[in-house]
Amino acid sequence: MSDLVVRAEGLRKRFGKTQALDGVDLAMRRGTVLGVLGPNGAGKTTAVRVLATLLKPDSGTAEVAGIDVLKQPQRVRRRIGLTGQYASVDEDLTGTQNLVLIGQLLDLTTRDARKRAAELLEWFDLAEAASRPAKTYSGGMRRRLDLAASLVGHPEVIFLDEPTTGLDPAKREDMWGVVRTQIAQGSSVLLTTQYLDEADALADEIAVIDHGKVIAFDTPDGLKRRVGGLTLRVRPSDPAKVQDALRVLDAVAAPGTNASLDTAAGARAGAVAVPVADDTAIDQALPALRRAGVEFTELGLHLPSLDEVFHALTEEGHEPAAKKESEFV
Amino acid sequence: MTTLDVPVRNIVGDIDKPRGGALAALLRHSVALARRSLIKTIRTPEALIDVTLQPVIFLLLFTYLFGGAIAGGDRHAYLQFLLPGMLAQSLAMGGIALGQNLNADIEKGVFDRFRSLPVARSAPLVGAVAADVVRYLTVCVVMLGFGTIIGFRVETGFLPAVAAVALAVGFGLCFCWISVWVGMMVRTPGAVQGTMFLLVFPLSFGSNVFVQTKTLPGWLQAFVHVNPITPLVGTIRGLLVGGPVVHPLWQTLAFMAGLLVVFVPLALRAYARRA
Repeated sequence: MSDLVVRAEGLRKRFGKTQALDGVDLAMRRGTVLGVLGPNGAGKTTAVRVLATLLKPDSGTAEVAGIDVLKQPQRVRRRIGLTGQYASVDEDLTGTQNLVLIGQLLDLTTRDARKRAAELLEWFDLAEAASRPAKTYSGGMRRRLDLAASLVGHPEVIFLDEPTTGLDPAKREDMWGVVRTQIAQGSSVLLTTQYLDEADALADEIAVIDHGKVIAFDTPDGLKRRVGGLTLRVRPSDPAKVQDALRVLDAVAAPGTNASLDTAAGARAGAVAVPVADDTAIDQALPALRRAGVEFTELGLHLPSLDEVFHALTEEGHEPAAKKESEFV
Repeated sequence: MTTLDVPVRNIVGDIDKPRGGALAALLRHSVALARRSLIKTIRTPEALIDVTLQPVIFLLLFTYLFGGAIAGGDRHAYLQFLLPGMLAQSLAMGGIALGQNLNADIEKGVFDRFRSLPVARSAPLVGAVAADVVRYLTVCVVMLGFGTIIGFRVETGFLPAVAAVALAVGFGLCFCWISVWVGMMVRTPGAVQGTMFLLVFPLSFGSNVFVQTKTLPGWLQAFVHVNPITPLVGTIRGLLVGGPVVHPLWQTLAFMAGLLVVFVPLALRAYARRA
């Protein structure tokens, strides 16, 4: 049996004038998280819908859990859980009724379905709201119920389409915890996201997708190496201390880099930034800044934004293309 | 969030085989989904207006406002004539909400979840249709109950009346597949309603529901004779107040079979394409 639980090759799908998928290849290893990262409209949701048997591609092949998605969708459906971008719980049904219904549709006996529903509601902190209609739930509760719904059948492969979009930071952390637990229990998770930090926190591998194409496929570290990783940024209260700050930050710089005045787009003047290897740099920088007498109004670690990732990746993509052209000249 | 350990499934038997075989699974899944529709109906009683208050108002309107003019002053005779016909009309109209609800469900993404589960493609639609039995029974009870209050009398007997209700509900279950199909084809619940009214109004008025067919011009009589509502009304009339039953009953059953043969496949195909 293949070690890949998701394998897609050359997926294409066109809606009217939009080429939503323009030859997408994906691969996810068993027991790992694959992050599909991209902006709105990149084709993430379309790709998930194809893999989750909801949509037939115009061309291309896909296997989930070793089974052909197009030829044997029912067998795939017994092995997957799907949580869509928009909470698709039934508002008129209670939390319990929602989950029991799904259990019944997964061929659990009513007794097992009830047991499983109670277990999940407990786990997702919804036990107290279990017998209330879902329309009385808060946004975060609905998301949790929606996520619980995709776990009823103990799926081998879980698809989460932007599971944290619109959630506050604490709720995002909760969601991340759920993903990690599923992995610990032997599932594999494919999640789409617009947030680099989310992909960084959860994914073993990241596929960056734009205009229906995978423009990069790498580990989070590999991706960061290509687009620039963590940056430590300090803004001294006293502009005269900028030189001191530069000297301190140089000491914690990632190998082969230097601290510099922060010139990132949108940064106000007077800040100092340095590429760092990991978050321990802040532990060294803080006492060093104190010793040097540099007071500051801002101190933080930053990942490149999604914009910056795309900028870096597309720049990189264009260079070889330009070289190729020149070979023909 | 707690960290209660939720174990991975112990796979017992063949995970790829539906429990008890495909047909049992379809039945079980449809029942589960019908139950979902019923819960929704119970939670929103105002959604029953079209099968309770609306037919009552229509009945009052036609009996007291138009009845005198149409039937030459004999309102009781007109009520006896009208009520079986209005029962048929209300059933045809009662199916419209089903298409609207299914359309709304698809828009909300609820059906994505069902489609990602290993259930027969037809189960969500069959379940929703089955749950509509409750609405059609409600129409029959309300019409006969309120009709009795304003003077309608069954002239045949208990069993023929039960047969009339059974036929009416059965027809409703076949006719509503048109609404299901339209619900899959158009974009919004409002458009479902608009399209279905366009169909149901000519069918219910261009029939023998309100006036004797013989009073109509020839071309309209021709339409009335090929209208599936006509034999249904004829049969229900025969079963409730007396008259020929056998011939219109066969015609009605043939129309019901025809509706299923045409619109169930159309609805299923449209559902598969949608979403």
